[in-house]
Amino acid sequence: MQIDKDFIETLVITFKLAFLTTSILVIIGIPLGYFLAYTKSKFKPIIETVIAMPLVLPPTVIGFYFLVFFSPDAYIGKFLENIFNIKLVFTFEGLVVASILYSLPFMVHPLQSGFSSIPKSIIEASYTLGKSKLQTLIKVLIPNTKSSIITGIVLSFAHTIGEFGVVLMVGGSIPGETKVASIAIYEEVEALNYKKAHLYSLVLFGISFLILLILFYVNKKIIKADKL
Amino acid sequence: MIEIKIKKHLTGQDTEFELNIDIHIKDKEFITLFGKSGAGKTTILRILAGLTPVDYGFIKVKEKIWLDTERNINLPPQKRNIGFVFQDYALFPNMTVEENIKFAMDKQNQEFLDSILETMQLKHLKHQKPDKLSGGQKQKVAIARAIARKPDILLLDEPLSALDLDTRLKFQEEIKKIHKEFQLTTILVSHDFSEIFKLSDRVFVLSNGKIIKSGKPEDVFIQEKLSGKVKLTGQIIKIEKEDIVYVISVLIGNNIIKVVAVEEEIKDLNVGDNVIIATKAFNPFIIKM
Repeated sequence: MQIDKDFIETLVITFKLAFLTTSILVIIGIPLGYFLAYTKSKFKPIIETVIAMPLVLPPTVIGFYFLVFFSPDAYIGKFLENIFNIKLVFTFEGLVVASILYSLPFMVHPLQSGFSSIPKSIIEASYTLGKSKLQTLIKVLIPNTKSSIITGIVLSFAHTIGEFGVVLMVGGSIPGETKVASIAIYEEVEALNYKKAHLYSLVLFGISFLILLILFYVNKKIIKADKL
Repeated sequence: MIEIKIKKHLTGQDTEFELNIDIHIKDKEFITLFGKSGAGKTTILRILAGLTPVDYGFIKVKEKIWLDTERNINLPPQKRNIGFVFQDYALFPNMTVEENIKFAMDKQNQEFLDSILETMQLKHLKHQKPDKLSGGQKQKVAIARAIARKPDILLLDEPLSALDLDTRLKFQEEIKKIHKEFQLTTILVSHDFSEIFKLSDRVFVLSNGKIIKSGKPEDVFIQEKLSGKVKLTGQIIKIEKEDIVYVISVLIGNNIIKVVAVEEEIKDLNVGDNVIIATKAFNPFIIKM
């Protein structure tokens, strides 16, 4: 059994995708979760529904529409390519965008409930102490939703590594570009190459186990450190 | 001088009513808002703090206009210099006692911070997080934090209601001391009689959104139709039946006084009621201890 270049590349892409997707989701998820937790807008149910759609839709539906809208023949795809020179179909960038959409509820839901569970008086106290909404978010809300943020990170990360349908349709399993471990395992099994499939699976299992373990361990410490 | 004129439609527990207030408060005065729950007391504090909108309002504090609906002025809470002590303390769980108080200060001022910690006897707790503190200690931090802003008005929303009797009595002294020491104008929401008598210069009695009485606590609560020689005000904490009579325990200041009553007399009395105990014909003994 030989660890070849293809194998390493695939794993690097897999974890790079999960890492990038999760990082961007934290940045998007915090303002979005904050908005949903406190908005009184009548559009809130619509926004919530859109965000939650990936939970119920087959990933292939998301993949399919992604292809329909972002292929170079479609208006949006053409626009992105002509103006920004961005190609989202069969590229790594496309995988990141699709993964963000697909994992969005896994980040936004914990954050939204985390923000909602903070007593209103704590936020109001911060305002009466002269602190702006942004200062309150950074100094009061985020530090007190640490465990929700970690939950969101764990779920998004795990969910991105476990993706199959979306990445296959949007990325097309191009080695060194869009082929991730979950697809590689499928392909190796199909080729009856069980040894390689085993290796992928074992590495994926091990690294995922380790990352989750560390996060949960940290989370436990944080919860111990400041209870609400 | 603080001028407050407010009109707001309120939906109470089972009634709807109009909050309609027009009061003037002098500098460094200690005011209490008294009334049943749902009468609009907390709402007034929240409106003062800019946390609750009004239908019509005008608030002027020390020549500065905080709210004037006619001229479309409405300063946000951040711009109103207030110290608000919430009923549930609202301490930041992620910060230590010292950090909680520091958070309220716009500029670093270690000297003032130390003096607050000293006055409130919080020095030994300054590195603790709020979840390690008792109710009384949390309350101290909440008040310290509110004072740290050097507020124009200190707003206290039933600050002592969650504390046990002993701590509460100690705290009343504490609040009195702070009010004097930091030269504050204070508005307290309370329905505790001993608190009101001990602390306030003036009390406003609120009922269904309107002030029905105001003045010094003695003038407001003790009716002169009793020509008693000894009058005490207190709160009923227990009504017990003993043989053919009832024994009512009344809390007056730090003491519990037991009064005997017949069935007819206790008909309208409940635990928690504020009452006056008066004797008419006898002169009480005074004995030096």
